[in-house]
Amino acid sequence: MSDASTLFDKLWRAHVIRPLSDELDLLHVDRLLIHDLSGGRAMIELAEKGLSVRNPELCLATPDHSISSLPGRTAASSPFGEQLAGGLRRAAEAAGIRHFGLEHANQGIVHVVGPETAFTLPGSLLVCGDSHTSTHGALGALAWGIGSSELTHVLATQTVRQRRPRTMRIAVDGELGEGVEAKDVILHIIGRLGVDAGVGHAVEYAGSTIAAMSIEERLTICNLSIEFGARMGMIAPDDVTFDYLHGRPLAPAGEDWDRAVAHWRGLVSDDGVDFDRQEAIDAGEIAPQVTWGTSPWQTLPVDGRIPAPDDFAEAEKRHNSRLALDYMDLTPGQAIAGTRIDRVFIGSCTNSRLSDLRRAATIAKDRRVAQHVTAWIVPGSQVVKAAAEAEGLDKIFLEAGFEWREPGCSQCVATNGETVAPGERCVSTSNRNFVGRQGPNARTHLAGPAMAAAAAIAGEITDVRTLAN
Amino acid sequence: MDKLQTLQGVAAPLMRPNIDTDIITPAGRLMDASPETMHQFTFEPLRFLPDGGENPDFVLNQPAYRGAVILVTGPNFGCGSSRETAVWGIKGLGIRCVIGESFGDIFFNNCFQNSVLPIRLPAEQVAELAAEAGADQGNRQFTIDVAARTITTPSGRELPFELPDDRQEALLEGLDDIGQTMKHDGAIGEFQERDRQARPWIYLSGQQS
Ligand code: SF4
Repeated sequence: MSDASTLFDKLWRAHVIRPLSDELDLLHVDRLLIHDLSGGRAMIELAEKGLSVRNPELCLATPDHSISSLPGRTAASSPFGEQLAGGLRRAAEAAGIRHFGLEHANQGIVHVVGPETAFTLPGSLLVCGDSHTSTHGALGALAWGIGSSELTHVLATQTVRQRRPRTMRIAVDGELGEGVEAKDVILHIIGRLGVDAGVGHAVEYAGSTIAAMSIEERLTICNLSIEFGARMGMIAPDDVTFDYLHGRPLAPAGEDWDRAVAHWRGLVSDDGVDFDRQEAIDAGEIAPQVTWGTSPWQTLPVDGRIPAPDDFAEAEKRHNSRLALDYMDLTPGQAIAGTRIDRVFIGSCTNSRLSDLRRAATIAKDRRVAQHVTAWIVPGSQVVKAAAEAEGLDKIFLEAGFEWREPGCSQCVATNGETVAPGERCVSTSNRNFVGRQGPNARTHLAGPAMAAAAAIAGEITDVRTLAN
Repeated sequence: MDKLQTLQGVAAPLMRPNIDTDIITPAGRLMDASPETMHQFTFEPLRFLPDGGENPDFVLNQPAYRGAVILVTGPNFGCGSSRETAVWGIKGLGIRCVIGESFGDIFFNNCFQNSVLPIRLPAEQVAELAAEAGADQGNRQFTIDVAARTITTPSGRELPFELPDDRQEALLEGLDDIGQTMKHDGAIGEFQERDRQARPWIYLSGQQS
């Protein structure tokens, strides 16, 4: 069938204002998310150029990167909070942009706030000056991260100039095993395909396993798309998506809602359509994952052994693994379980939503964080925090010895000064285990929320399946 | 934006794969970042020792490569974050061209926004360029000709590279994207008017809350 289209094709085509060359299109931006690290600055730059924000009503700003997560915080609680969060507030107010400031009931990490307020909608083209913008594709949006010059461009013109990527479909089919979470699925995929498999591609996740997932799980999957190089990850919207969005603050209502849903139902890849690349993943093969290295592909099942550089066929992987093992201070051949840890961070746009905290709380309930471990829970947004408190999750965590903190990026990137100390080992539910990501010489092991909670209790990396029993 | 027409100078080989944006400009250095100051921290984890002194093993610290204007990189250079500081940082060190087998997509785009030319070549060609760049010899001058889309190596070999017309024009003329797009403001307005009929739910009203 020659006129069959992928979900990606449909989303792209709907936003072309005009082609600029054979390969370059001018696309309409329906939604722009702005955060404190680059947002205030971009708006100041715009003003300096004598330009104004073209469509402020299509933008949403909230501080997340620079602010402290300390209970009772103010903008002044972190080194650059006043400068950056304050700068964002002033710039947003001047431009007439919707702003969820530090005290607002909707403040949070941009990639948590967008979906939960229904600022992000199926079929929308959404960009943000942050590489994890792929997250929003979980609702059937065409979403990707842009740099700060591009951000200024969007503010001024409500458009992006973009080259069409190739398409890739990853089908995940089958039932997930006990204790296996969405985070494990995507880490397994990255481990299988490699860190640059998605470069130049827009990825659609499909298959029975994805269809059975909640929106929060799908957000976790799409969040890590950039960790194998794909700027965009997406999932066709379905009834799960529509149920999730219905009644949220910025969702269409009344007649508009019905029209929107009718429109959204067409946002699927047509039968028999070709993708530039296809991959199939068997869900039954996936075990709870934990990373051992300094790149997300360096992951292994928690009951596995740390690989030796010579286990890898490619010279490049051998070289990378040698550097990583040295940085992480790990010995090949050892079981990864039993590795002693100092810190646990449960948070970030990957895994800081209500269902993530519920899974961690199930593990934490009636247990104690190991003496030598500092463990933080940083909810993704004020909405998540309030919902968790309403069902008593904060009490479970506090009684177990976790710290219950205020929403933001916090230790995921540590730009707010909340670093993991040099040499310390942290199990983190975030998305990057890069050298120095959580602070100079900090050692990061990525895992899902239940695994991270289990590690906090055990004081070492541990198989959540054995603890749960 | 400044123009980039021809570039002549030394190329430094930095072949470690997957050099991510957290290595190029560490997160702890972003808060006060500006295009003018970022170079102080570029490649910090590789370039400096824990005591703050220069790491003599790092290629850009070696006398032959201090003035390098080209970086020959391992695969997937610039993967990771969207932070444009990564490009500010390398440009601040004097680098105006990066050559590699593959790059992080956002980094690749950000380069053009700052008049830095990223060139993708097959792995074997990158390896050959790295070998020539690393050779201990008198003449170390590479020449990049943006108009001709060629790289000339110290040994006199000429390699073509791909560069879309619009990118080439922007580099040669120093064109700024915003100015280019503003010319289409009428078309943008028409698109929104049409789209507002088809998808009214996209067009939120002004600030609420
Ligand atoms: S939580 Fe981490 S990955 Fe997500 S937006 Fe914040 S810094 Fe980026």
